[in-house]
Amino acid sequence: MIWKTAEYSGWGRALKVTGEIARPERRAELLALPAAPAFGLRRSYGDAATNGEGRAIDMTRLDRLLAFDPASGLLEAEAGVRIGDLAALFAPKGWLPAVMPGTGFATIGGCIAQDVHGKNHHNAGSFAQHVTRLTLLQHGELVEVAAGTPLFRATAGGLGQTGVIVSATLQMRPCNGAAMMVTERRAENWDEHLALLDASTATYTVGWIDGTAKGASLGRGIVEEAESSAGLVKDHVPAATVPMNAPHFALSAPVVRAFNALYYRRVPARGRTTVKAVGAFFFPLDKILEWNRLYGRRGFHQFQCVVPLSSAPALRAMLAEIAESGLCSPLAVLKRMGPGRAGYLSFPMEGYTLAIDFPNRDAARALIRRLEGRTVEAGGRLYFAKDSLAEGSPVRAMYPELGEWREEVLRADPNGDLITDLVRRLGLRSAA
Amino acid sequence: MMDKTWIILGASSAMARATARALAATGAGLLLAGRDAADLALIATDCRLRGARLAEAIPFDARDAACFAPLLARAAAEEGELNVAVFTGSMPPQAEIDGNPGLIGGVLADNFTGPAEFLHLLAPMLEARGGGSVVGIGSVAGDRGRLGNYVYGAAKAAFHTYLSGLRNRLGRSGVHVVTVKPGFVDTAMTWGLPGMFIVAAPEAVARAILRAARKRRNVIYAPFFWRWIMLIIRMVPEPIFKRLKI
Repeated sequence: MIWKTAEYSGWGRALKVTGEIARPERRAELLALPAAPAFGLRRSYGDAATNGEGRAIDMTRLDRLLAFDPASGLLEAEAGVRIGDLAALFAPKGWLPAVMPGTGFATIGGCIAQDVHGKNHHNAGSFAQHVTRLTLLQHGELVEVAAGTPLFRATAGGLGQTGVIVSATLQMRPCNGAAMMVTERRAENWDEHLALLDASTATYTVGWIDGTAKGASLGRGIVEEAESSAGLVKDHVPAATVPMNAPHFALSAPVVRAFNALYYRRVPARGRTTVKAVGAFFFPLDKILEWNRLYGRRGFHQFQCVVPLSSAPALRAMLAEIAESGLCSPLAVLKRMGPGRAGYLSFPMEGYTLAIDFPNRDAARALIRRLEGRTVEAGGRLYFAKDSLAEGSPVRAMYPELGEWREEVLRADPNGDLITDLVRRLGLRSAA
Repeated sequence: MMDKTWIILGASSAMARATARALAATGAGLLLAGRDAADLALIATDCRLRGARLAEAIPFDARDAACFAPLLARAAAEEGELNVAVFTGSMPPQAEIDGNPGLIGGVLADNFTGPAEFLHLLAPMLEARGGGSVVGIGSVAGDRGRLGNYVYGAAKAAFHTYLSGLRNRLGRSGVHVVTVKPGFVDTAMTWGLPGMFIVAAPEAVARAILRAARKRRNVIYAPFFWRWIMLIIRMVPEPIFKRLKI
């Protein structure tokens, strides 16, 4: 196998590393490789998928569907399969992945390693709760792991530290077809926004939030609710590629304010219901390939936290600080989460989660640090798939089952061959 | 598309896999031929789950003519339009060949003589059915001999010439032959090679291949702009070209 030396990064492009990468095209090539952390399409924003102090394995070519049972909806597939491809392929047959993150470019391996959530977390739980078994590569051997075992709980959301995820069996969820019936409503302010999210009984619910709105409009946004539907819709295919790094003013404060105002008013005051393609609802940003270049050469950070239901006022205070800073981007999401989580290090907790992008500048980094402090005070948690700036000790305290995770990881990878930059930065594997 | 069958030679390669998947989505039947039986079995299952009417793994080695007959017999058993896409090929580093010129025979077999012999055996069947297409994957390396890979380039040039003649012959029976000359494609062959630029995704090349077959194009470069790059490279006068290192 050839090791290619390349500069690479997570989706945020703020933390770039240079390292050796192998990309096996076949199962046998993977089995012959020395132990190293694996990554998929690197849609985690920070350094979860990088290893600047060693080698890494690119799993994107190991992307075969292995088995599907149309009676039960159980699908076995290799780790490199993209979630969006599964949705496009199976929705017309009446099945969807039970949980889908905000980009269809996430791979199955990545979705398990981060135990991702989707717009239906409040009723369906997290991704790995719908994984019935998976296959890990440990020390050159394939190991079958059943859901519910300690090794499974250490693997779900486990940041790839228990072995390379080679394949998994997913319990798909029945759907009505390849369309989504989407209802959008304006929420004029924070209280209304939260009330709409709390009252929603839809299968899929998410709020877009205008991070530039202040004062009486603070927290305004659009709440989307959706149900699977039959119907004929245009395929959701990429319409454009951002060809190069954009100049820094592309997402400057006035541009974002103007964009957000238009985006808010796009939905009429009385609300509206439309029919969209599955991909258009779940992965709206996939329409523009390589949109991370909009943030320019320096890249960007995403802040995402979840706080308990009772800490909603603390989340409102965070949003107020963000709005005052003028650093926010158009991409900001508010969602009510349920308690569902599959692993020791899974992100979700019952409460509200807020995700916001910021350009990679000094002021934004300082703001994110303050937001992290507020998250700690609110009894909340930061998301490893997004984080690139946090410090170890407060983050470790957010994950009470870290000890159980470490025990399994120590057994699975005693030499630390699978350590990634994120695990190293946050000291997740060193005894505190 | 339901009655179409494609023979894919060298089906484990990244470009072949992408092409097979695109064909599977149309419901075509696939005979996936290659050396790595375990890998081909996985690809066959994948293609069936992605919509292929039929997907079977069949042993094929360009250097072993004995395996040609069973594949031909299997293809003959499928009714309807028959097509073939040839992805077999190998490119040992030129330095390795310089150290051991005995490797040249194998390079010719993988890239030219093996596929040509198979296509020659298949040709009467295609002529008898009076339709379908032959897609041959050549290379921009076959357009001019260069320091870095001229044995591979020579084998591909021979294959281009063979395909041109085959096109001349089969066109009379309504069978179309497409010559595809890929530039840099993101495959195992180019992974980690120095000097790669604007590397195309295998899926993009697969789309170009199937579009060319559909539109009955004769010779395509993939991506298209390699036509212009190679035009310039071919125009450099030999006295200058022989001193270049490109």
